[in-house]
Amino acid sequence: MNSNLQHLASYKTAILAAIVLLPFGRVVLAGAPTFTPNIGVELRYFPDSPAFDGQLEHVQPSVAFGVEGRWVSDDRKKRVRFEPFLRVDAQDSERTHFDLRELTYSQRLSDFDLLVGSAQVFWGVAESRNVVDIINQFDGVENNDETDKLGQPLVRLGKFTDVGRFEAYYLPYFRERTFPGKDGRQRGPLVVDTDAAEFERGGEEFAGDFALRYQHQIDKFDIGAHIFYGTNRSPFFKLNGDGSRLIPVYQELTQGGVDLQWTSDAWLLKFEGIAAHSGGETYISSVAGFEYTFFDVKESGIDVGILAEGLYDNRDETQTALTLFENDVFLGTRITWNDVQESELLAGAVVDWESGATFGSIEFETRIGENMKFEVEAQILSSPDSEPLAQQERDSNITVRLTRYF
Amino acid sequence: MKTLIPLIVMVSALALSIPTVAETPQEKGFRIAAKSDRMDRGFGSSIAQLEMTLKNAAGQTTTRTLEIKTQEKPNEDVGDKSVTLFFTPPDVEGTALLSHAKILDSDDQWLYLPELARVKRISSSNKSGPFVGSEFAFEDLTAAELGKYSYEWLEETTLDGMAVDKIKQTPRYKRSGYTYLIAYIDQDISQLRKIEFYNRGATHFKTLTQSEFKNYGGTIYRPMMQEMNNHLTGKSTTLRAKSYKFGIDLDDNEFKPSALSQL
Repeated sequence: MNSNLQHLASYKTAILAAIVLLPFGRVVLAGAPTFTPNIGVELRYFPDSPAFDGQLEHVQPSVAFGVEGRWVSDDRKKRVRFEPFLRVDAQDSERTHFDLRELTYSQRLSDFDLLVGSAQVFWGVAESRNVVDIINQFDGVENNDETDKLGQPLVRLGKFTDVGRFEAYYLPYFRERTFPGKDGRQRGPLVVDTDAAEFERGGEEFAGDFALRYQHQIDKFDIGAHIFYGTNRSPFFKLNGDGSRLIPVYQELTQGGVDLQWTSDAWLLKFEGIAAHSGGETYISSVAGFEYTFFDVKESGIDVGILAEGLYDNRDETQTALTLFENDVFLGTRITWNDVQESELLAGAVVDWESGATFGSIEFETRIGENMKFEVEAQILSSPDSEPLAQQERDSNITVRLTRYF
Repeated sequence: MKTLIPLIVMVSALALSIPTVAETPQEKGFRIAAKSDRMDRGFGSSIAQLEMTLKNAAGQTTTRTLEIKTQEKPNEDVGDKSVTLFFTPPDVEGTALLSHAKILDSDDQWLYLPELARVKRISSSNKSGPFVGSEFAFEDLTAAELGKYSYEWLEETTLDGMAVDKIKQTPRYKRSGYTYLIAYIDQDISQLRKIEFYNRGATHFKTLTQSEFKNYGGTIYRPMMQEMNNHLTGKSTTLRAKSYKFGIDLDDNEFKPSALSQL
């Protein structure tokens, strides 16, 4: 119930932001803003019956509402982006949630550029996991594959120089990760009590995070580096008083990292690595691999890519219980049809080569007509009982999603 | 000294006249192509709003709207920089492709995926593949740089009542899907009116027609209509220009990968 209140609160924030922006918009918006709303209907099916009490049986229907709004000034120096997101889930009330994925104002000044608002920021080059991607929190209830992220309130000052681009970030408010509720699948035996979250740093969500980012391109290399100080996006969990729920604990984090890609002909070589200190422990985490693409196979217009990545993390697995990716190998393929419907298939599996635990996924998307997108996503989990992933072994699922744009 | 002057004049006169007489078909082809290309020098920067219509053999159509920002190359040893931004279809709204064209090497390309807010350096060795399902290949759209081909003048002919030079262009860059192209350049304003494409089996399989040329000051022209017909599949793609803007003060930083997320 508390979390529903929280959703309501964030929803109110959105409305408030819209009201605040509206008059501002009328004054400044010289070019016509564009709004593209969309509605997506989703059906998730779990063939296996649930492992834990309270979990939904087999079918999880939901609806998502989104808008892609943008405005660019005539001199192209000022921009506004507005991307609210709302999901209403028939089964899991925790998955019914609203988020301002993006509501930003950006401006290019003479030498600098400024970005203010709730933003999506992506760092990294790898396919299976992006260890350097620290700015946004995962929207864990939306999808468990670490691709959906919550909007992060931030102020960013950027500057292009002859030796690369520099960015300074101030993140005034920490976003907690979202987790499936009692009715949801893809969780352990105990539900995560997000309302009881604890924070190591004083000031809790308002403690403020800081980051510096550097990016440059030299010939075949794309180079990135960052340092971050603030609150760890990944919590560890402790039991509540009566042992009935998990309490997420967000610790202080200091980290530095690099991301590198070398691109030559059909080859992409990738590396991401961080060194971090959090919860009294210093650790490193990295991902390295390649992507090779066979273009226009037999003059069919179809491209077939092969991906392989190795994941390494020197933390003890018991400390990172809900991280699926430790010393694992990712193998995958990407098929791009290059057709009018822009059909694409991405299939891959992360395999722990010691235990045999596997997290596999197949994603296919294509367009229907001009205004509809059709997606199918299958997740296959298999694990020996000793692995944390074993808790979710009965949660293999297939999701079908149809989105209509207006 | 005095006696030398007529000689110099004579030699210079010879030097001026001989090349036109002894010009090889290769030299003539290059000269005409170079004239056409150099007509366009000094355009600086442009923003084009385009509508791309894809038609299949059954006549069904799909439309995309896009914008191409172009920053002119500083010299002929490098290529133009461009950003292609898609507005429709709506599921790809905000998708952008940044290209730093090279002459003989693969271009540098970055793709911006709005759904993930991700900028991705991509391989650009897929010269011959179709561009977003259209009949245009990537290599048709990357700026037609002079140095990308070797040339051979074939003949003078007429096309829709215009006097044109017919030139055979053979790609010098790697991984082209073409063995050669036949280009038709008019003798009036030196614009490319038509290109016939010959595939790896040397079959004429595609034809590009450019029409409705509009003058944008000086010697700068742009076709309002480009139509690519595929004779093997019966499919066609048209690119209609809704507007061209020139002389916009585009910052070089707009053509850097990290700027893609702020389009």
